[in-house]
Amino acid sequence: MAGLRARRARRQSTFRWTVLAVMGVFFLLPLAAMVEFTTRGDSNTWSLLADWPQLSATYPDLAEGIVASLGQALFTALLMLVLLVPTAIWVRLRLPGLRPLVEFICLLPLTIPAIVLVVGLAPVYAWVNYFLGGSSLTLTFAYTILVLPYAYRAIDAGLSAIDVKTLAEAARGLGASWFTVMARVVLPNIRSAVLSAAFLTVALVLGEFTIASLLNRTNLQVAINLLGKSSATMSVAVSLAALILAFVLLLLLSLFGDRRKASR
Amino acid sequence: MATVLDGPELAAPVPPVRAPRGRLRLNQVRSLLGTLPFFAYVTIFLIIPTLVVAIGAFAGDGGFTLANVTALGDSYVLDAFGRSILLSAVTALIGAVLGAVLAYALATAKPGGLLRRVVTAASGVLAQFGGVTLAFAFIATVGLSGFVTVFLRDQLGTDIYSGGVWLFELPGLVLVYTYFQIPLMVIVFLPALDGIRPQWREATESLGGSTWQYWTKVAGPLLAPAFLGSTLLLFANAFSAYATAAALVSQGNPIVPLQIRSALTSEVVLGQQNLGKAMALGMVVVVAVVMTLYALLQKRTARWLG
Repeated sequence: MAGLRARRARRQSTFRWTVLAVMGVFFLLPLAAMVEFTTRGDSNTWSLLADWPQLSATYPDLAEGIVASLGQALFTALLMLVLLVPTAIWVRLRLPGLRPLVEFICLLPLTIPAIVLVVGLAPVYAWVNYFLGGSSLTLTFAYTILVLPYAYRAIDAGLSAIDVKTLAEAARGLGASWFTVMARVVLPNIRSAVLSAAFLTVALVLGEFTIASLLNRTNLQVAINLLGKSSATMSVAVSLAALILAFVLLLLLSLFGDRRKASR
Repeated sequence: MATVLDGPELAAPVPPVRAPRGRLRLNQVRSLLGTLPFFAYVTIFLIIPTLVVAIGAFAGDGGFTLANVTALGDSYVLDAFGRSILLSAVTALIGAVLGAVLAYALATAKPGGLLRRVVTAASGVLAQFGGVTLAFAFIATVGLSGFVTVFLRDQLGTDIYSGGVWLFELPGLVLVYTYFQIPLMVIVFLPALDGIRPQWREATESLGGSTWQYWTKVAGPLLAPAFLGSTLLLFANAFSAYATAAALVSQGNPIVPLQIRSALTSEVVLGQQNLGKAMALGMVVVVAVVMTLYALLQKRTARWLG
């Protein structure tokens, strides 16, 4: 039996490395090609990318897109937290009957492709334009809907892991207001869930193209796409940088999530 | 069993038996007020847009009309739906099979290991982080002056575009879609593989079963609903994807999302202002059917592998 198991472990290990090698070539080849593509000849693409004043002077559209995306990511994460965290806690504590409805609504965007949502958002954004102007930051409203499924699942998992009811009752029994219960009792306990929701939000917003492009606003992806028509090298370089940034974000998220489990 | 399940309920505080009715209702109203911001927000930015699409699909100049929906029967719309479904099905199948193999290779690795973590994070990026960047990745790889194209032409004398520039057409979309479908499969299928317990294999072996029998009689049937469900999710993912195609396809609008774009952005044909909404509704219907099947299969999967 032991010999059999050792043989299987060996076989599995061979299989694992074969699969990883083949897939690795398929997945790393485009990334390697991006590096090669952007370092051809005497191009100074990468040094330009690291030099912000120079970059914004040479490619103003790109700089504008990067700034817009960062702003959108920040405000979407904030709006998502302000909207979702209190509601999720409140529904668990006071209105458990509403939980299936809230969950259904939060997961609904998964079944509505962004391209469809944009069709319906066009008239809504006519009003947004009227009241708030056509700034790219107004995309925050649409993006908050877009990240709802992912953020909700992260926060809901965090709330499931703690005993919200007991915590809240203890705090209320000691005279805490509802605001104190949420901000100072429940929130610190779901910190890592909130953080992972925020990370996912940032990653998703930085990668969004459909809605920004069709509502005639700019962000990183729109700028990359636009740039592709005039300077392919630069747009490939920015694409690679964006992919690496997103990878680092998600890897940090994975490491952080694990520390949370270990400390419990 | 029942007492165990009832445990948390009993632990919950017993509500005051006879609260004054008015007070109770007032409390409930106040509780509901707490959810008002959330519901107001989703109404404006999710429910209304959905209704705009659903109602707009049946709206014409003079009120209700079926013209938009009948226009879905036009050959170019039908062709776009056909190509979209074909593209999604092909990439879902390729992605599901290759992704499952990769997921299995990962499942046999150490659970908290660096390999798994790196591959999972990379999968998350490639699966969800934007089709535009991936389109440019492939332009740099197999574009007209891409790394692989140039290498093959100069070193081996092979022209991968001797039959036409396929990267900016449907075959190119299949290639790039596969690049994000395989990682998505890894993400959604890995939890199911993790649910497989080594004891089941040991039980099979101690009863004299072979590896072949283990896979066809034990693990296969257990994983089948998860595999099918994940394939459906991949289909929905490819069907909804827009960015890759928008960045890559240079001519025409071969698939539905691009048709919707042209309906949104170009001057519309008179009498068909709402055709875009009808196509959008068509997409929602396809995705909703697929996702419902996915949810059902998910429930079946959870029975054993949850």
